[in-house]
Amino acid sequence: MSFFQNHLEKIDQFLNDHPKVKFLLPQAILIVLVVSIISYFSFNASSNLSARGINTGFGFLSNKASFDIQFSLIEFDSSMSYGRAYLVGLLNTILVSVIGILFATILGFVFGILRLSSNPLASGLATCYIELFRNISLLLQIFFWYFTVLRLLPQAENSIVLFDVIYANIKGIYFPKFIWTNLNLFIYGLIFTFIAIYLFNSYANRLRENTGKTLPQFLISIIILIILPTLVFFIFGVEVDFAHPKLETRMGIANFIGGSSIIPEFLALAFALSLYTSTFIAENVRAGILGIDKGQKEAAASIGLTNTQVLRLIVIPQALRIIIPPTTNQYLNLTKNSSLAAAIAYPDIVLVFAGTALMQTGRAIEIVTITMLTYLTLSITISVFMNWYNKKVSLTER
Amino acid sequence: MNKTLTYIKTKFFSSPVDAFLTISISYLIYITIPPLIDWMFIKATFAGESKKECVAGGACWIFVKTWFNRFLYGMYPNEEVWRINLPFVFLVVSIVAYRFLNEKLKKHLFLFLTIPFPILALMLFSGGFLGLEQVDTREWGGLFLTLVISIFAIIFCFPLGVLLAMGRRSNLPVIRYFSIGFIEFWRGVPLITVLFMAGVMFPLLLPSGTNMDKLVRVIIAITLFEAAYMAEVVRGGLQAVGRGQYDASKAIGMGYWKSHIFIILPQALKLVIPGIANTFIALFKDTPLVFVVGLLEILGMVNLAKTNPAWLGMATEGYVFVALVYWIFCFAMSRYSLSIERKLKTTN
Repeated sequence: MSFFQNHLEKIDQFLNDHPKVKFLLPQAILIVLVVSIISYFSFNASSNLSARGINTGFGFLSNKASFDIQFSLIEFDSSMSYGRAYLVGLLNTILVSVIGILFATILGFVFGILRLSSNPLASGLATCYIELFRNISLLLQIFFWYFTVLRLLPQAENSIVLFDVIYANIKGIYFPKFIWTNLNLFIYGLIFTFIAIYLFNSYANRLRENTGKTLPQFLISIIILIILPTLVFFIFGVEVDFAHPKLETRMGIANFIGGSSIIPEFLALAFALSLYTSTFIAENVRAGILGIDKGQKEAAASIGLTNTQVLRLIVIPQALRIIIPPTTNQYLNLTKNSSLAAAIAYPDIVLVFAGTALMQTGRAIEIVTITMLTYLTLSITISVFMNWYNKKVSLTER
Repeated sequence: MNKTLTYIKTKFFSSPVDAFLTISISYLIYITIPPLIDWMFIKATFAGESKKECVAGGACWIFVKTWFNRFLYGMYPNEEVWRINLPFVFLVVSIVAYRFLNEKLKKHLFLFLTIPFPILALMLFSGGFLGLEQVDTREWGGLFLTLVISIFAIIFCFPLGVLLAMGRRSNLPVIRYFSIGFIEFWRGVPLITVLFMAGVMFPLLLPSGTNMDKLVRVIIAITLFEAAYMAEVVRGGLQAVGRGQYDASKAIGMGYWKSHIFIILPQALKLVIPGIANTFIALFKDTPLVFVVGLLEILGMVNLAKTNPAWLGMATEGYVFVALVYWIFCFAMSRYSLSIERKLKTTN
């Protein structure tokens, strides 16, 4: 033991006497290690692939996919390419992530605030909800919604009807399809509306800061939001028509034809993702609100702010600063977790691309690489956006 | 009487919003809880052999009872399950006993549990010596597989995560950028794609003819993945340790490793116990994803059982059972971490 220690001390001494070696040696070892591992893997990969006669490269992306996808935001059929299939999968991933993030945020805020309620019934419910859904594996929750709850829906003949136009049954939710004329003009109108609201609000803020006059910002914004699009709708001849889904029986099997539909896989996935992630967001919200010093509220009240003003101008801006960074992580997690779609066959990027396309082409290396890079890009995009937002709401020290 | 009334009034009906909450939540409880209890206990069938005996209209717990061994041990041969039970019973007993031992014994037990014990347990599980029947990892499954994957991944990902966290704060640019790249890469991709990589891509990267066990590949993949998360947690702790601690340890002549092992890390790790526990819980909850490479842990076994023609329509019972198992493990882990955190705080 002491022999060993002696040598160690000698090495230590040597390194201390030669700071350059101490600086360069570990880095050189790491570089050699990484380079040799990578070259070992790529050597094996190339010899394995040539032995099996698999071509490499990304040319396969323009080949005919020859499989169908059940649910797609853009047109797709089996005569289109693998590249197009990739795009369909990517859009489906983004769709379920956006919906999931939206509902997870709403539920998270509701239960986070409820948990702090002085009403023991409300805080108890929130605690049960959070402890229940965060401690159960997400995959199990997805299976539960998909195989247990959504299977309780009736067959197409006995669909549950909502407001006479929405039909829910075991095959999904069917609702009228919107058929627009001059949709592009209407969208321009909407964009213009949002710009107008933004300009008005910044004008009102400047007015308040310069003169102390306050305008009813919220009310006027709502009025603009209602009036402008309505004007555009009528002046430019925008029309909207509905294609209602109709129940048809073919070969003894009833089904809805026409209209738009949401498949049960999407519902199960969106449900599970929202509930699971909302528990983590709720905990962040609770921590954010608890993190604000009581003195802040008292000080605000003492300078004459009303209760809503205290909440809107003092509590929420400060709480958001605590809530946002961990919540960003939850958004990232939700996006990554949406890949569990593959387990219930929701056609997201993993199922379509890393599943079906990989099976058909055998291009394991290319496809797994593209899929991973896609998720990396999505993650980086969300974190850049949230960093920007975080910077915007962060404390500006003057 | 008056007191209770005021209590109820201030607690449940202090404002219109409060009253609304109280009434709507009470209604919610009224419409959900009684039917649930009805289904789970009152109308449920506990005794019997087959699905036909479930006629009461409630849950059919016979399903869980019949498949219980499969849910726990997968396809592991029934007469050999003592080889699984023995190490796990030992593990539980030693964790309980740990609290009552003196410092020296604690140290020995800890060392035994972290290094020789997992190896011995693994040898016992797979067998093939001393007349023990060899059990292929393909037959491992159920809760047993869940625990094997998560325990080994936890053992390996912890030191790796600490090293990565230290690497990310290193002065040596190559090591720092390597650590950053490594951490951000694994944190940016979903576990399912990592498992895909371990399942279909990794065999292509090894010399043809080598056949690495699927379970080993999965454990490596999960270890690398969770190590990145662990690194970020530990980094938070390292950053929170005061600058003075570094300077002081340097001043008394401690080198980089010595000061980290004896001064910095003990303080840093203590600060981030909740984060470490959360990472472990996340790892545990992620284990069902191994279905993508064809391993069947407890959720996978339930999915297999519910497609058995004799037991169709038993999905709910199976899922409720698995949910209960997961919930107990995760809840226990989070409470255990809370208690450690409290204990360390008071001794400080």
